[in-house]
Amino acid sequence: MTIKAYRRKLDIEKGRVDLSHGAGGRAMAQLIADVFHAALDNDWLRQGNDQSLFDVAKGRMAMTTDAFVVSPLFFPGGDIGSLAVHGTVNDIAMSGATPLYLSASFIIEEGFLLSDLARIAESMGAASRAAGVPVITGDTKVVERGKADGVFITTAGVGIAPEGLYLSGDKARPGDVLLLSGSIGDHGVAVMSKRENLEFDCEVVSDSAPLHGLVADMVAAAGASLRLMRDPTRGGLAATLNEIAQQSGVGFRIEESAIPVKPEVAAACELLGLDPLNVANEGKLIAVAAPQAAPALLEAMRAHPLGRDAAIIGAAVEDDRRFVQMTSSFGGARIVDWLAGEQLPRIC
Amino acid sequence: MKYVDEYRDGELARGVARSLAAIAQSDRDYRFMEFCGGHTHAISRYGLEDLLPPNVRMIHGPGCPVCVLPIGRIDAAIALARNPKVTLCTYADLMRVPASGGMSLIKAKAAGADIRMVYSTLDAIRIAEAEPAREVAFFAIGFETTTPPTALAIRLAAQKKLSNFSVFCNHVLTPAAMRAILASEGEGVEIDGFVGPSHVSAVIGVRPYRFVAEQFGKPIVISGFEPLDVMQSIVMLVQQLNERRCEVENQYGRAVTTDGNLKAQAEVADIFELRDSFEWRGLGEVPSSALRLRDAYGAYDAERRFSVETPNAKDNPACECGAILRGAKRPHDCKLFGTVCTPETPMGSCMVSSEGACAAQWTYRRFETQRIAS
Amino acid sequence: MRIIELLPEQMAKVSLDGVTKAISVALVDDVCVGDYVILHVGFALSKVDAQEAERTLAMIREFAGTSS
Repeated sequence: MTIKAYRRKLDIEKGRVDLSHGAGGRAMAQLIADVFHAALDNDWLRQGNDQSLFDVAKGRMAMTTDAFVVSPLFFPGGDIGSLAVHGTVNDIAMSGATPLYLSASFIIEEGFLLSDLARIAESMGAASRAAGVPVITGDTKVVERGKADGVFITTAGVGIAPEGLYLSGDKARPGDVLLLSGSIGDHGVAVMSKRENLEFDCEVVSDSAPLHGLVADMVAAAGASLRLMRDPTRGGLAATLNEIAQQSGVGFRIEESAIPVKPEVAAACELLGLDPLNVANEGKLIAVAAPQAAPALLEAMRAHPLGRDAAIIGAAVEDDRRFVQMTSSFGGARIVDWLAGEQLPRIC
Repeated sequence: MKYVDEYRDGELARGVARSLAAIAQSDRDYRFMEFCGGHTHAISRYGLEDLLPPNVRMIHGPGCPVCVLPIGRIDAAIALARNPKVTLCTYADLMRVPASGGMSLIKAKAAGADIRMVYSTLDAIRIAEAEPAREVAFFAIGFETTTPPTALAIRLAAQKKLSNFSVFCNHVLTPAAMRAILASEGEGVEIDGFVGPSHVSAVIGVRPYRFVAEQFGKPIVISGFEPLDVMQSIVMLVQQLNERRCEVENQYGRAVTTDGNLKAQAEVADIFELRDSFEWRGLGEVPSSALRLRDAYGAYDAERRFSVETPNAKDNPACECGAILRGAKRPHDCKLFGTVCTPETPMGSCMVSSEGACAAQWTYRRFETQRIAS
Repeated sequence: MRIIELLPEQMAKVSLDGVTKAISVALVDDVCVGDYVILHVGFALSKVDAQEAERTLAMIREFAGTSS
């Protein structure tokens, strides 16, 4: 008589990750199959190899890597799983390249709830499918209790760059126009609202989203007139503009009244003593373009669901001090600086 | 945001700026000190000085409690936090202030001291209740706005009989500091009038400022801290000077009454008493300018409970904070400003807090003075 | 900030454009739902006098040369 092999199901509802799940044995294989492959399912993962192969088109490829340590893991509008997909896709997209594939490695703390892990994997799978960018390879490690805050995710992404498009942070020139795709501060405020020690309530939702569709429309509209794009994540719009000012050796002059900020985000920042310019975004981008391309670019952005509130917020100027200066809605001028230190830990 | 946005209206600002330019007499200068750090911050952040006529100048005063706290008191707080039994609770603003030997609260925390940032004194009480084995010491700083919340915490601790709660008290008084500045006039300081603090006045009312007009002959206007409030207060000061009046006026009537918040004042009077003298960073010893816990509440005094000693720590000799806090010099008059001394590496008190004159100037307005590439 | 709910132990919930927070009203007497308060470090320090607020704005508008 043959004995049918019995494999006890993972208790996703009540079980926890333990050290055996990272040991490379049967338990780990089951975790990977029942949690990760189930959620991320695609041809590559089904092959079950330590690497995945894909054909390479001619031309230039783009590659990026990212780590996600956001706390709390679940926040209004997303979680660490969807954030990992969007953040990596966006890093590739900012070069104008089309994102193709992602990798994801998980470092999980002993004792982490399997239900939470499944939820994160599901969310990552959904985000990946919605973006059309599959996670084709991954890794899993488990560390002792206390050595990782729940779960950390590291990703890599690859994409293919269109011919003739050379975007870079050092390409802004005096006279170029600065565009912003929508309201700032949403993600940071949404994450902060769930931090226990801050104790404020609001309905703000993270703007976490994949921007490669918007980018494709923008590239089609502006082509070689596009100098660069960047997504203002950690440090907010202020950090991104200062980075580019330094890289390009220009200054920026922006108008506060042109920068979209949702009323609830403004109110939360008011309450916390923060400036929306310093708060993280995960579904917005800035673009610098030659002035003649600006109207068409703005139109293309506004036509896309992720760019409805797009606006021209200023311009690059000659400035060997590389200042980012803003005219406040009140009428006076002030500098928009990098923040001295981290406002609050682990927004992304 | 109601009661906020209306006072940030750019169009009204332009109108006020035009009218102000019309009444400012061209044959004289107007020099006004805004005492409160919150005003310094608002003026810099909104670029308000761009809307003033060139002969109306703002001088930044010492009303920033982080800025005027002597290094020795932070050294003492760090020593307290290093006591393994102690949980030191502090407002976030103090975390990065550099103390002696390159130490700070945030560095002490990284090295293992139990230091926790709180938003309110009630958070510290909650920690004391939740962790009875810990000695919870609250690092209390601030002018008359922040003192009533500390008083309430001590009262709550007494009511709940919390034997593990104490306060390291560094509360200071606004009128005393104004008096010290006015008394040092003539040492390079020329002030024609004061923009008076918002929240402090909501607590202490209007009366305590009378000596500024009556004894020292300077007009003072209590101002709200939205930019339009500040502009209107400047208008009122210019009008007083033009009309040779010298009065205490209240622009912030929507929050400040003549008597102030009597309930808050009573709480403070019950729990605290005046110290004979207290050292202010940049101003030296100022008599009757600070508070300590009364004997009746001595059990909650961290200084007594832990025999706290305040080392005598000196500021960098090239630092011009003293002169800047009194209004005798401006940030860019200091050799260290923007070179050695920046918000990331503050040398003196004016740079450590975002409300300090040097920090505000550097963060928001250094395009006025910086000639070299950053 | 507007008081939207009174809570036990001299606390209250305030709202600013949909963002809410619990704060202490122990320092201000007779607060009601609908009152506006000035806040500092988690405590209400005084009520906002609506009439005075209007008066201040009217003065500003007059000086600015615009009619309200």
